[in-house]
Amino acid sequence: MTLTALQRNWPVVALIAALLAGAAAPLVFGLSAPGFYLEVLLGGLMSGVLYSLVALGFVLIFKASGVFNFAQGAMVLFAALALARMSEVMPLGIAFVLAIAIMALFAWLVERLVLRHLVNQDAVVLLMATLGVTYFLDGFGQMVWGSDIYQIETGLPKTPILVLEKVFDGGILINSEDFVAAAVAGLLVLALAIFFQKTPTGRALRAVADDHQAAQSIGIPLNRIWVIVWTVAGFVALVAGMVWGSKLGVQFSLSLIALKALPVVILGGFTSVPGAILGGLIIGVGEKFAEVFLAPIAVQQFDLAGGGIENWFAYVLALLFLLVRPEGLFGDKHIDRV
Amino acid sequence: MLYRENGQFKISYADDQQILPILQDRWFMLALLAFAYLGLPALASDYTLRALILPFLILAIAAIGLNILVGYCGQISLGTAAFMAVGAYAAYNIVIRAPVLNFIVVLFLAGGVAALVGVLFGIPSLRIKGLYLAVATLAAQFFVDWMFARVKWFTDYSPSGSVSTAPIEMFGWKVESPLDKYLLVLTLAVVLTLAAKNLVRGHIGRSWMAMRDMDVAAEVIGIRPLYAKLTAFAVSSFYAGVAGALWGFVHLGAWEPLAFNINLSLNLLFMIIIGGMGSLLGAYFGAAFIVLLPILLNQIPGWFGIPIDVALASHLELIIFGSLIVFFLIVEPHGLARLWAIGKEKLRLWPFPH
Repeated sequence: MTLTALQRNWPVVALIAALLAGAAAPLVFGLSAPGFYLEVLLGGLMSGVLYSLVALGFVLIFKASGVFNFAQGAMVLFAALALARMSEVMPLGIAFVLAIAIMALFAWLVERLVLRHLVNQDAVVLLMATLGVTYFLDGFGQMVWGSDIYQIETGLPKTPILVLEKVFDGGILINSEDFVAAAVAGLLVLALAIFFQKTPTGRALRAVADDHQAAQSIGIPLNRIWVIVWTVAGFVALVAGMVWGSKLGVQFSLSLIALKALPVVILGGFTSVPGAILGGLIIGVGEKFAEVFLAPIAVQQFDLAGGGIENWFAYVLALLFLLVRPEGLFGDKHIDRV
Repeated sequence: MLYRENGQFKISYADDQQILPILQDRWFMLALLAFAYLGLPALASDYTLRALILPFLILAIAAIGLNILVGYCGQISLGTAAFMAVGAYAAYNIVIRAPVLNFIVVLFLAGGVAALVGVLFGIPSLRIKGLYLAVATLAAQFFVDWMFARVKWFTDYSPSGSVSTAPIEMFGWKVESPLDKYLLVLTLAVVLTLAAKNLVRGHIGRSWMAMRDMDVAAEVIGIRPLYAKLTAFAVSSFYAGVAGALWGFVHLGAWEPLAFNINLSLNLLFMIIIGGMGSLLGAYFGAAFIVLLPILLNQIPGWFGIPIDVALASHLELIIFGSLIVFFLIVEPHGLARLWAIGKEKLRLWPFPH
């Protein structure tokens, strides 16, 4: 980036600087030992990766069909439930493939029964339709698969490992499972990037994302593209559900992570895959820092009945970003014409 | 045959400007009001009033507020329940800190506090548009949820975090029985609906609609976005605040912050979409639909004598609720109010096809 570009984007630069300063503050003011600080940072990055995964599903669907898919969280829950229950009776690999098939069927049904009839409707009508789908999936998933807490046995080691014992006093405690999760997420993003950039279908998807009408007029079948993109989003939901589920167990609260992923999406920009990833990391770290370092101070200062500021901190952070850049970090810049 | 405007001439400006220009409509409205004030109290049981009609009327007030913001001004909000919470807790605090005030005054003050908070959270709307704004309003929802759960002052340091209210008393009238409550809420609903109708057909309502239809064009012809958007947020939040105070004091009596969670916000949005965006009548239709549907769904298995276990029933309810919403959006994306308008149009021509 040249100097002029930096000057032109000074609000963004200022915001990023403020963010970095906020992140460094606990260290500077000696609120925590460096080892503990790194542990919190890593924890934040790990949950950030998982938020990114959910946000990725949002972005894919929004890019290809302009639908703000509130049902992404419900899809995560549904896919994870399917995987967890099926893996009880069959090997995980087969269950995984079957779960993909189920999500593809779901994508086809959504296109066939919902989206096809709502072409050209207001964005808010489409949003509400996906909310309807959310209710349906929540009910249906729990009716078919049950509503207890289930485990997904991925066979990964769950033992925490100590690293950097020499550098820091006591070392840093890291969950080895988290590393695998991060690697899986990274691989998924890489695979998606290749799919979008190198395959004919990916090219068609990008064309649809650019301009529905133009894409249709050169013979790209919109309906099929929507099925594909919802299937891909379903696949992403399945991976997200597997990773979250193996960490925390598959239960209803899993569908609530959609609400955590929303600020990620607006922070990164609705139409940007890199935005979803970077946004997820920022939100993940910001949230952890706020909870660990900021909340105790707030509780002490204002005599609160407990912290819990992570519930809204992500939203306020995203809101601040939006005030500076209304289209998110990497979203398409919108020029209004009369 | 009966529903014609033939022979009803408008011979003065006032005639031309009235809310219900057709005589039959005016009679219908009078009959409806008479039924609401005289018929329903005589017919409905206490249970019906308390469990069906009260929530319906209160949520209709909130839905009118949301409709002003979403349907008339085009700013999607997912945080209405937050403004209801602000109204409810403001009313609670005013009542315990200044018990001398009349409840009507308390209600309007609570609405005013909610309006202030609404303007505060509406400020981003000047910069953020569309779905980005919708997600940004969730910030209001989660922040307010958290605030009332954690800051002890708002709940008067109650150890459990929940608050309870004494029965309302004003002008020597103790509002205690479901019938009293019903009459109070009904009167407020009528007054507030009339006020909203006059707002949306006046200068300010037109500037909201211009903002909704195309904000840049509206700005070009001289409508100030700051003024138009923030007044929409203020009026909308005022209605939500009043509805929230009523929800707390009249319907619930005692509540905790969870009473105003995001599900309530989403339900309110469903109400105005199923009822019809940009229509006050639609707010009532939508509120009736969303209040009645779950109760109806719960009753149906009982009518047929099918034993059904509780978990399965709640899952089925979710499934049917979700499917019906999608169904309604597909069949009539403009809501029940549009069906009503089409029905009236057909009635005017009846028995001829066109």
